[in-house]
Amino acid sequence: MRNNSTKLIFLAVLAIICILLYAFYDIKGGFDYAFPKRMMRIGAMVVTGVAISYSTVVFQTITHNRILTPSVMGLDSMYQVVQTLIYFFAGSLSIWVLNKYLNFGASIIAMVLFALILYRFLFRADKHPIYLLLLIGMILGTLLGSFVTFLQVLIDPLEYLSLQSRLFASFTKVNADLLYIAIGILFIAFIYGYRIMGKLDVMSLGRENAINLGINYDRMVMNILILSSVLIATSTALVGPITFFGLIVANLSYQYLVTYKHSVLILGASLISIIALVGGQFLVEHIFELRTTLSVIINFIGGIYFIYLLLKESRSAG
Amino acid sequence: MRIWMLIITAVVLSFISLFVGAIDIKPSDLLDWNSDKTQIFLASRVPRLMAIILAGAGMSIAGLIMQSLSRNKFVSPTTAGTLDAAKLGILISMLFFTNVTYTQQIIFSFAFALVGTLIFMQILDRIKFKDVIFVPLIGIMYGNILSSVTTFFAYEADLIQNISAWLMGSFTLVMAGRYELLYISIPAVILAYLYANKFTVAGMGEDFAKNLGLSYKFVLNIGLILVAIIATTVVLTVGVIPFLGLIVPNIVSLYLGDNIRKTIPHTAVLGIVFLLVCDIIGRIIVHPYEIPVNVTVAVIGSVIFLIMLIRGRAYAK
Repeated sequence: MRNNSTKLIFLAVLAIICILLYAFYDIKGGFDYAFPKRMMRIGAMVVTGVAISYSTVVFQTITHNRILTPSVMGLDSMYQVVQTLIYFFAGSLSIWVLNKYLNFGASIIAMVLFALILYRFLFRADKHPIYLLLLIGMILGTLLGSFVTFLQVLIDPLEYLSLQSRLFASFTKVNADLLYIAIGILFIAFIYGYRIMGKLDVMSLGRENAINLGINYDRMVMNILILSSVLIATSTALVGPITFFGLIVANLSYQYLVTYKHSVLILGASLISIIALVGGQFLVEHIFELRTTLSVIINFIGGIYFIYLLLKESRSAG
Repeated sequence: MRIWMLIITAVVLSFISLFVGAIDIKPSDLLDWNSDKTQIFLASRVPRLMAIILAGAGMSIAGLIMQSLSRNKFVSPTTAGTLDAAKLGILISMLFFTNVTYTQQIIFSFAFALVGTLIFMQILDRIKFKDVIFVPLIGIMYGNILSSVTTFFAYEADLIQNISAWLMGSFTLVMAGRYELLYISIPAVILAYLYANKFTVAGMGEDFAKNLGLSYKFVLNIGLILVAIIATTVVLTVGVIPFLGLIVPNIVSLYLGDNIRKTIPHTAVLGIVFLLVCDIIGRIIVHPYEIPVNVTVAVIGSVIFLIMLIRGRAYAK
């Protein structure tokens, strides 16, 4: 345990260095112009990183595996489906678009429903092997993605322009209006999450054991599904989908911090994701001066890491 | 299902396909040989139909070849990185030559599709755990990695719009003079038919095939070359069409079994029917505009594939 706290402090220091570097490195022109812009991006990256790590770790606990993540199962595509459907049926001038809270609320409700169906259908019946679930999730993602494209072709071009600004967020083009809502959501999620940390540790023992130890398992699962849907919706709305990110940071955290304590795992995963996002963006923007977006690099590294994980898992399974 | 029923369906759909589009052309308009409508019909509609037929048959058979060679129902150009490798090849050719010619693109795309599929087959050889689900999973991830490499270089070279615009997978731009490359897939399909039994034997593994007196490496390479030829021609002329090679052979094997000599004609015709349906839907819904065919195929195809995955686990084993 002592060992782990040193590791966490090390990660925290690294994260702070990354943030400072990104905030102050090579500021040209007006400080007053550049600095708030950079802070906005840092804020978005930190919120996204924490939200993704948090939701991935708790999702993997209730589904008892280390490969499936909410994003891989198509949850972030679901956000895009909901936004597109809103534009498709209600139009860009409807209350569902203009009222941010209503819009966000509708997305979250739809995503929770999707997550619940997915969970009921795929995880409750324990007979499905993990690889099948994974393949189903990925194909589901493709289906939702193509469905979005399909609807977008049908939408009026002017409406589409307005939709585009909402769907094609990225780390350099943060959806600024949402940042404050997102910070608020994250804050509430953390207060709730802090109270259930202990229960999560127990739940990782498996359904039967957890029920024996006095956990209302099914209700907790429901709560956690809602929690991870909210967090994924938050991060997708802020910076767009980054499919493999959760998978990388959660697994790195399991490997680096050898523990089952969720407080340590979630904190570790969050710090790793801040380092990866802010540090990665710093390298992309200032050191290599690439035009590529960070998501492309994350997808590349994430894909390789994913194959590595699959091969490792299959060796232990087969 | 009988083959003639499929063929009749394909003919009827072809006829519909010829007379659906932005400009209203009736069969009676064709009587006047010199009219504008006849010109449009010959320059756009007929080539489009030919392109659909060639791409539909070609992609389905490419999938069938890959499935019998790997003895895995879910291996196809979509789930083995072939299409992504072909795309990467086209991009590399654009980076290498400032004024890239069509031939150079063909050569690069073909080489990459071939090597890309070969690498996947090598990976497949190394994996001990040859689960019917596990292999396509690795294949999809492999394709994702290749495609992120493509996106990376496309960003750096400002080719991102270029790449995504003409790799969308659409028959909209098919016109006389721009699709003829697809005819190369006809000899490929005929060769596939001649080699059908050998592919089945080769799929049973190297030792088994050699025991039966088959030159394993040779047959394997022929199969992969045919797949690469078909994939290249389709990607270059039409763009990426996902799922076709994955689901069509599976549907055929559901009602006809696994004797691929017997299933090849069915697979080809059903592939044509499937692609025709998708293309016609895409043209009718937003008439007079069009929905790119790869979008319709992806929506319908992924639903069918999901049903197969969930329902057909017993059959897939």
